[in-house]
Amino acid sequence: MEHILRILEKNCRMTPEQIAVMIDAAPDEVAAAIRQYEADNVILGYKPLINWEKTSKEYVDAFIELRVTPQMGQGFDKIAERIYGYDMVRSVYLMSGGFDLAVFIEGKTLKEVSLFVSEKLAALDQVISTSTHFVLKKYKDYGVVFDHVSEDERRVITL
Amino acid sequence: MSGFDMAKAISPVVKTLPPSGIRKFFDIVSEMKDAISLGVGEPDFVTPMHICEAGIQSLLKGHTYYTSNSGLSELREEIAAYMLRRFALSYVPTKEIVVTVGGSEAIDLALRALISAGDEVLVPEPSFVCYKPDAALAGGVAVPIETTQADGFRLTKKALQDAITPRTKVLILPYPNNPTGGIMTKEDLEQIAEVLRGTNIVVLADEIYAELTYAGKHFSIVQIPDMKDRTVVISGFSKAYAMTGWRLGFACGHSDMIAAMTKIHQYAIMSAPTTSQYAAIEALKNGDEDIEMMKDEYNYRRKVMVDGFCSMGLDCFEPLGAFYVFPCISGTGLDSNSFCETLLREEKVAVVPGNAFGASGEGFVRCSYAYAITNIQEALHRIERFVKRYK
Repeated sequence: MEHILRILEKNCRMTPEQIAVMIDAAPDEVAAAIRQYEADNVILGYKPLINWEKTSKEYVDAFIELRVTPQMGQGFDKIAERIYGYDMVRSVYLMSGGFDLAVFIEGKTLKEVSLFVSEKLAALDQVISTSTHFVLKKYKDYGVVFDHVSEDERRVITL
Repeated sequence: MSGFDMAKAISPVVKTLPPSGIRKFFDIVSEMKDAISLGVGEPDFVTPMHICEAGIQSLLKGHTYYTSNSGLSELREEIAAYMLRRFALSYVPTKEIVVTVGGSEAIDLALRALISAGDEVLVPEPSFVCYKPDAALAGGVAVPIETTQADGFRLTKKALQDAITPRTKVLILPYPNNPTGGIMTKEDLEQIAEVLRGTNIVVLADEIYAELTYAGKHFSIVQIPDMKDRTVVISGFSKAYAMTGWRLGFACGHSDMIAAMTKIHQYAIMSAPTTSQYAAIEALKNGDEDIEMMKDEYNYRRKVMVDGFCSMGLDCFEPLGAFYVFPCISGTGLDSNSFCETLLREEKVAVVPGNAFGASGEGFVRCSYAYAITNIQEALHRIERFVKRYK
């Protein structure tokens, strides 16, 4: 049934009936499998991928490298939990390499993001250092190329 | 007035070749910018990036010269390894493989290497459109063998027996089949082999869609041990690796046959495009996962399309190969051409008349599923609306 996940990952608007045709299953079976995936937190949500650049929304995306001190018995989980609790934080990843946590933030202005980093993140006891990088342009997200005009260059009929 | 008449200079054989059966239809579709086309016979995927990069790197390294006539030795070695790995077929890269400009050139070479004036070439139909003209250009005569939906569009033992004459020189085996999506199983091919034993008929197995089968792996007639010497297998990179524009194919067969084909190839072409050959090496070394990814995607679409046609009440054979569905449209009261032209005019969906692939394709249309699912769903929706009006 992992075919269901692969299909939904590409297009979560596919209905159980449509998926059932694609994988030779009964619609009820597909619907039940999806419900189970949701209950097991395998499927965590269904969201459109929006190119906000094409809207009037004012926003700033930033990526913050955090070096932190892990806590005894809890490693990085406790500090990560503290950070992802903020609404401005879109994603948090524990990383290998030169820093510990990768934090993706969305704010309304540069000032709002800067204040958040200096007053909320840097102020946490376990945070050793922060390094903030503002996103200038998004080219591709979740496998989707932004601003890509999909034109079929093939001849309309070939035998 | 020089008194020169070019028309008189053109070979009578070329003059009598029929023009493409869909020329007029193609022109109408081309003019209609907002039509949804299910008429394309090539993958919708672009060539995987690692393969493109190998081509680019070869250019940057200055590999811009002719290769040997047979193709780069490294490529022929990789083709031999690929045929063994994917289809359990064993070929000697130095003398049993030639690299060509697409599978189409290989078909032309094979027929020219074999055919003398008046020799007959058996062509199961419906099938791809090049066999008949290639046979004619080589001086031969194509003899169509009708296949039917009832037989899964397979070549049957009886139909083959009935078609063989003392002039029969070549049997084309175009499976997995364009346009029907039909395949030949091991059991089917063993029946064919029975007929061929004791004859000197050469088999031209056009296996360009061999990687795109949906009910187990492709079985080649070459896997029947005593069929290997008489069979030349044609394949290529266009369908399996989404490399149509690179124009690269190959033929594998008896060393005498490959030597004869290479002789023609060296005079006509010199060598296949060098950049494409380097890209193909990468495809064969590291492209197996690409094939599986594309095949999975085609398989989803195939099921959507078959389900769609069956749901609208059209008789639709389940294709187990290639990327085409071949529904029967005779229940609408329209012939293949009228169906396609009216569908295009009324619903702006382009599909290909089945009779473009031989007379036995009349009453059918070819629909390609080398398109995004959303396109296929919209096209099916329109076709259903159309069919309801005519049934």
